[in-house]
Amino acid sequence: MKSKFIALTLLLICFNTLAKTIPTDRINGVKDERNTIYALTNSEIYLDSETLVSKATILVKDNKVINIGNGIKVPENAVVHDMNGAYIYPGFILMDSDYGLKEAPKPEPFSFFGKEVWDNTLPGAVNTNEAIKSSFNAVSEFNHDSKKAEELRKSGFTTALISKHDGIMRGTSALVSLDDDSEQQSILNSQQSFHLSFNKGSSKQLFPISLMGASSLVRQTWLDAQWYAQQKGMYVDLDLQALNEAENLPTIFHTSNWQQTMLADKLAREFGKNIIINSSGDDYKHIDSIKKLGRSLIVPINYSKAPDVSNNLDAWDASYEEMKEWELSPYNFYYLHKNDIEFAITPASGNLKDFIKDLRKAVEKGLPKSSALAALTRVPAKILNNKNLGHLNKGAYANFLISQGDLFSKDGQLVESWINGQRYVLAGFVKLSSGKYQLVQGDNKTELELTISEGKTNLKSTDEENKDKFSFKSEGDFVTLEIKSEDKTEKLFGLIENNLAKNIPGQLPEWQLQRIDDLQDVKKEEVDELNIPQIPKPFSAYGMHQTQDYNSVLLTNATVWTNESDGVLTEADVFIKNGKISDVGQKLKVKADKVIDASGKHITAGIIDEHSHIALLSVNDIAVNSSMVRMEDSLDSDNINIYRNLAGGVTAAQLLHGSANPIGGQSALIKMRWGAVGEELLIEDADEYIKFALGENVKRSRSENSSRYPLTRMGVEQVYRDAFTNAKAYEKQWQDYNKLSKKAKAKTPPPRRDLMHESTLEVVNSERFISCHSYVQSEINMLMDVAEDFDFKVNTFTHILEGYKVADKMLGHGVGASTFSDWWAYKWEVNYAIPYNPTILTKVGVTTAVNSDDAEMSRRLNQEAAKSIKYGGLSEEDALKMVTLNPAKLLHLDDRMGSIKVGKDADIVLWNDNPTSIYAIAEKTFVDGRLLFDREQQTEIESSIEKERQRLIKAINESSEPKKPSAKPPAKQMHCDSITGYEYLTEEVL
Amino acid sequence: MKKLIFLIVFSAAVSALPPAPSDKQESVVYHNANIHVGNGQYFPNATIAFENGKITRVGYFKMAWKPTDIDLKGKHVYPGFILPVTNLGLTEIGAVKATKDDAETGLINPNIRSISAYNTDSEITPTLRFNGILLAQVTPQGGLVSGLSSIVQLDAWNWEDATVVADDALHINWPNHVQNRFDFSTFTMKKEENKEFQTQVNSIKSLFIDAKNTANSKSQSDNLKLKAVEPVFTSSRKVYVHTDNPVAIIESITFLQEAGVKNIVLVAGQGVEPVIDFLKKSDVSVIVNGVHKLPDRSDQSVDNGYITAIKLHKAGVPTALGYPSVMSGRNLAFTAGTLVGYGIEKEQALQMITSATAKVLGIDKSYGTLEAGKSATLIITEGDALDMKGNILTDAYIDGRKINLVGRQQELNKRYMEKYNL
Repeated sequence: MKSKFIALTLLLICFNTLAKTIPTDRINGVKDERNTIYALTNSEIYLDSETLVSKATILVKDNKVINIGNGIKVPENAVVHDMNGAYIYPGFILMDSDYGLKEAPKPEPFSFFGKEVWDNTLPGAVNTNEAIKSSFNAVSEFNHDSKKAEELRKSGFTTALISKHDGIMRGTSALVSLDDDSEQQSILNSQQSFHLSFNKGSSKQLFPISLMGASSLVRQTWLDAQWYAQQKGMYVDLDLQALNEAENLPTIFHTSNWQQTMLADKLAREFGKNIIINSSGDDYKHIDSIKKLGRSLIVPINYSKAPDVSNNLDAWDASYEEMKEWELSPYNFYYLHKNDIEFAITPASGNLKDFIKDLRKAVEKGLPKSSALAALTRVPAKILNNKNLGHLNKGAYANFLISQGDLFSKDGQLVESWINGQRYVLAGFVKLSSGKYQLVQGDNKTELELTISEGKTNLKSTDEENKDKFSFKSEGDFVTLEIKSEDKTEKLFGLIENNLAKNIPGQLPEWQLQRIDDLQDVKKEEVDELNIPQIPKPFSAYGMHQTQDYNSVLLTNATVWTNESDGVLTEADVFIKNGKISDVGQKLKVKADKVIDASGKHITAGIIDEHSHIALLSVNDIAVNSSMVRMEDSLDSDNINIYRNLAGGVTAAQLLHGSANPIGGQSALIKMRWGAVGEELLIEDADEYIKFALGENVKRSRSENSSRYPLTRMGVEQVYRDAFTNAKAYEKQWQDYNKLSKKAKAKTPPPRRDLMHESTLEVVNSERFISCHSYVQSEINMLMDVAEDFDFKVNTFTHILEGYKVADKMLGHGVGASTFSDWWAYKWEVNYAIPYNPTILTKVGVTTAVNSDDAEMSRRLNQEAAKSIKYGGLSEEDALKMVTLNPAKLLHLDDRMGSIKVGKDADIVLWNDNPTSIYAIAEKTFVDGRLLFDREQQTEIESSIEKERQRLIKAINESSEPKKPSAKPPAKQMHCDSITGYEYLTEEVL
Repeated sequence: MKKLIFLIVFSAAVSALPPAPSDKQESVVYHNANIHVGNGQYFPNATIAFENGKITRVGYFKMAWKPTDIDLKGKHVYPGFILPVTNLGLTEIGAVKATKDDAETGLINPNIRSISAYNTDSEITPTLRFNGILLAQVTPQGGLVSGLSSIVQLDAWNWEDATVVADDALHINWPNHVQNRFDFSTFTMKKEENKEFQTQVNSIKSLFIDAKNTANSKSQSDNLKLKAVEPVFTSSRKVYVHTDNPVAIIESITFLQEAGVKNIVLVAGQGVEPVIDFLKKSDVSVIVNGVHKLPDRSDQSVDNGYITAIKLHKAGVPTALGYPSVMSGRNLAFTAGTLVGYGIEKEQALQMITSATAKVLGIDKSYGTLEAGKSATLIITEGDALDMKGNILTDAYIDGRKINLVGRQQELNKRYMEKYNL
């Protein structure tokens, strides 16, 4: 019934046909099938993005193209439209839309202090996590939205892939035509593709709150689906069931930044999934890495607005990155094209009406028109695996656009859109096309030039002396031509048809405006490759500078703190080659590519921060046992704190999960390889680590409303005993299964793989090592006690501020300490912290490191270590070891880092002074033998950054584009407690 | 046996208390002292003498040694360091609400007096003294107008004893036209226009204007808030503006000066950079609220947090160092030391935690330098007090009274060193 209603109400815009009927329907009236053939002649037709046929004809019958090309015989019964040279393109396919679907519920604000929600709150046999909405099918909710459809048509779209933008697993999409047919007929494919993301959307359930948590949920759910498929009626989980049913559909992964794109690819590779990535449009930032993925992309237009830098005080706040984003983001498609990446284009989120304009901007910025057209037709059709879409060859859907003038340049204007053979008038044909015209008024002849830009007609005299203003208004077949001269305004009224306007026959005055010639073609300038702005790598002001690499470097005549039995050598040389320390000693006779005179200076091993949260997109997830989350999934290699760490002599760090949970996530051990992308930061073949935490944070002391188990230290112990017991049981389950004969295995479904149990089991089996956030003595002893009961050792207690009270027990257990030099008084459990802690622990014999847990302090770890000389009288060498060799030992990296020893990694620092002095500054920092920070070059680097800032500020001020107030949010500072990274803006939280 | 346990517990409890104040003003002469005057001067191997709480001699004197004179053998003498704008004694443990007395509810609190809540027995105080901090400006926080600070010395039985200057300054937090809001539903930080901005600014402005009008009129006002503001127009009470936004800095200082506020101090960070010339012209002193800071912007010099104070100093703006959050306030001297690495002389860096601070606080007649006639508030160290390695205090005096440097942390150290036979 509804279909007919729409047909009636939309009669105005849909011209050709009455709505087609559905076979099962009964008609209220008489049958009226006409089988009209339409012939659109004399047009410039793109059969596909590469093939243009001039002066061609297209024949349309029902919803298909029945013939197309030059010299086609137009059937006698056809309705003929002369296109007068207008362009015809295949209809655009919108690859990311929620058209016709109910708006996704708004995500509820997360509250750190609120009552936690542990379960899926949705009704029915749903998955145990609310962000898994695999059983949703867009088709089940689809309803035409005629207003929105019209908007989409005006932007050239004729078909849309619709999916719900809610949840991590989002269910299936449908492919629909943007016509006014009934829903039944508009749906081209009811199960087109499966969608997922890292964004939990409207899920009220607490887990996950981080990127790495979302990543672990994707992995676990994929595993669960495989397992579920092997079960026989054990229980029903509609989401897992649906995930399995969608197995053969194309999978589209929605990401919100380039880091997520890399992560989505990694997960897909792990599970052998063939995914298409729907990116966020910042692909240009790391286009080389995106290219290497070899995947097709769906890319939204995402042109960053320029910050308002019109005065100095605003400019002060604007970051280089946001200005650079403004400059580079319009080149995203150029870069994608240049790197031969297959991509589809989608409109900017929330800005459909500027789509064509935005598209032209991409073309102006170097995207070839054919590639732009392909990104809206051929590529989407390929991704959708639909042979009848994306081109206009015989047999294709009659989905096409008619444009007067080239749609991809400013003088083009979209006039009509045809969908499934139905014609929709958009702007409608302008009856005078661009060209040279002659206006004849009696004997008076004026030559005029008519141009069309952004849909607007401009008329002016070709004679520059002629100052008269011409304007032109048409309504239907009638026209008013207005001529404004200095002393009078003349209005000429008449009729218009086929590039000819003239007075109504018999009416005075007589006049005529006739097209006489084409305009002189103004050649568009080719995009000059050299003018395309460079992309810094990493995407940071400090990524502009490229490191010069030397195969070998000799540092001469320095004081060398070896951290070995040699102690501190004076007037010594250090020779590094191929990334390793190759020789140490006085007056070395070696040939080096670069010699650095280090007279009067000090050389130490690079500083290693055992406890850091820099270079991460998120730090904490919230499950009590979060051992399945991996910090490496949250890496941000563009983070400026990597470079700042280098400037403080730091060469490696353990990036730890936060302290929100007794069992936290898996650590990422990195080197400060500024310039490396994503996982290239990770230290090769390092042992696996995990964060544990005790005390106030894990018992949610700051939340009055928390119901999370454990709320006491007593409960914390039981969490561990429970987790380890369950992990052992899990191991046994698999051992039992693996012992089965081949025959028995075939009959027995394997146990469920559980990522949480797996990594917890690694801990129990001493394959994964603990760094445990800890403060008071009772809890420290408790964890050692529990570990001993399960026959493994705690590797490191981090923070460990009451370690001095149980140093003897720690020594007995064989655990190391990684502590603050002097922090205390920020919460109750640190009330008895003393700055003598590192010294006492060291003197008792515990391997002790001093760490930062703070992006600022990590650049001054040498100072922090030196405080133990004041507090307790540690020796300078022992103090330095607390930030070099000892953390290397705690991270099982002391065979390759932590001291100046032949064969170790050339991670070394050149200091201007004794490194245990407050006055010492790192002058040069080498990582793997590469000089990644050099204070000597710093002035030059800073001045080139300033120059580039000024250039960008000037460019922004000269551009007429709309500005926004500088909107770069403040930098995140991650600590153990960080959920948002912005806690420091409200109060200090550790 | 029971009795013995009781005794042990009792003695442990006693030693865990902050040390008792000292009453006796000593009369001392130190020779062979490396004297850092605090005003840029340095006298190696010199003499310093004090009695009745005042310094009597500093420098080189040809006088015979008396038997009671002490040979410092090259130890260093510094004026006691001053920690301005701190929540010392107002907050004990940041995460425990019951121990927090630093921010009153409401936005306009000029009448709030920090001194009446100042806890002389704070466990944090001994940790500051141990590293050379002997004076502090106890400052309320929060709201738009936080209230009145007071300057205290760190060896007192109660807040009355501690007071050096009561209610020395009014502290205001000038609002920012943009503000950061964390959107928990999208998990992103949003920088957005502060919609309350004009209202907030107006409420500060009207406080000053109303106070001034009331002060000028003959009739007495019993409005506590206005009365607390009145002294700022006669220079007996300073106004400290806390803001780190260049626009707010210009706006606030321009307004306060036009309103007739005599003595303005800016508490800021890297936000001063675009307005250093303006600050110089406006004759405003600056307390840099922390040296150990990351650069504000990712494209700035990696040293940017470290060099703000140096830039101000070099431009001729009177500059002192603050240390946000008292828990690590004991590191104040090391932040001054850090500056030295980035282009300032040691004695100049020292000024930023001694004489310059005293001047900003208005106590420079008595404190901040080691000059004859000034208070004998000083420390004696084994080495360079700006360096961790040298900052080992052997003695400290406040107004000539020798203070006990051993606190609970030292007691605990001793106890466990003994436990482990170290």
